[in-house]
Amino acid sequence: MNVEPWVVLSFCAIIFFIGFTGVLIRRNILVILMSIELMLNAVNLTFVTFSRQLQHMGGQMSVFFVITVAAAESAVGLGLVIAMFRTLRSVDTDQIQFLKE
Amino acid sequence: MNISPFFFYGFGGIAIACALLVILGKSPVSSAFSLVMVFFSFAGIYALLDAHLIAALQIFVYAGAIMVLFIFVIMLLNADVPTFDLGRTHLGIRIVAGSISLATLLIFIWAFKETPLTAPVAQFTPENIEAAGGNTQVVSELMFSEYLLPFELTSVLLLAAIIGAVAIAKRKLAAGRS
Repeated sequence: MNVEPWVVLSFCAIIFFIGFTGVLIRRNILVILMSIELMLNAVNLTFVTFSRQLQHMGGQMSVFFVITVAAAESAVGLGLVIAMFRTLRSVDTDQIQFLKE
Repeated sequence: MNISPFFFYGFGGIAIACALLVILGKSPVSSAFSLVMVFFSFAGIYALLDAHLIAALQIFVYAGAIMVLFIFVIMLLNADVPTFDLGRTHLGIRIVAGSISLATLLIFIWAFKETPLTAPVAQFTPENIEAAGGNTQVVSELMFSEYLLPFELTSVLLLAAIIGAVAIAKRKLAAGRS
């Protein structure tokens, strides 16, 4: 009764590519940021799986640092969303077209 | 790996379903709450893999701090209008994005399945970790010995992020004063 490591790694890959698809097909900047968080989480789970498989704690330490970077990234990213909403009154990436004019 | 299939497939199914809801949901708030469910499922899987400290951090930092930030910004901007932005994306882009993701995903799964398992490179077996005082103690001791420099650099990164976030979000105020 156990789960093969490649099943767990494939699960991580599925979540990563769901997030990747979200970044490509959505136009709402908040949902794009959420998709990036999904991708970061999938990578974290891959780190933990390899940490368990290789019996090495470096993977879990990397997850700790990735979580810190993700927290910093979402703080700055949401600050940018607020700045964008101030300028454009919208959270739609299609509205960013100053260079077109 | 010796983990319970029942809980793994349970949490995994919830995570995949909620991740799909995140990217296909109409309103940002429903996406955000699906994302909370994904984070909780991931915390469950971390706990299954004996990464107890990471599971706790996942709930504190992701399901707590980051999601509060997201919900707060959605409420602040009053941006919870159901957007049909998914339908506005060009159909060709949607098809290309979906098929590229699916193809790369299949390559990844094939690679994970066909690569032979590598032998353990260190001696952190579950028994050794148990004898050394549990996952949290082992990770904490590593954090303050072998990984001390990255840990300290993390605090510099957080400081830079705090200053950056305030500077970006308060740009108008600073411009008005000067």
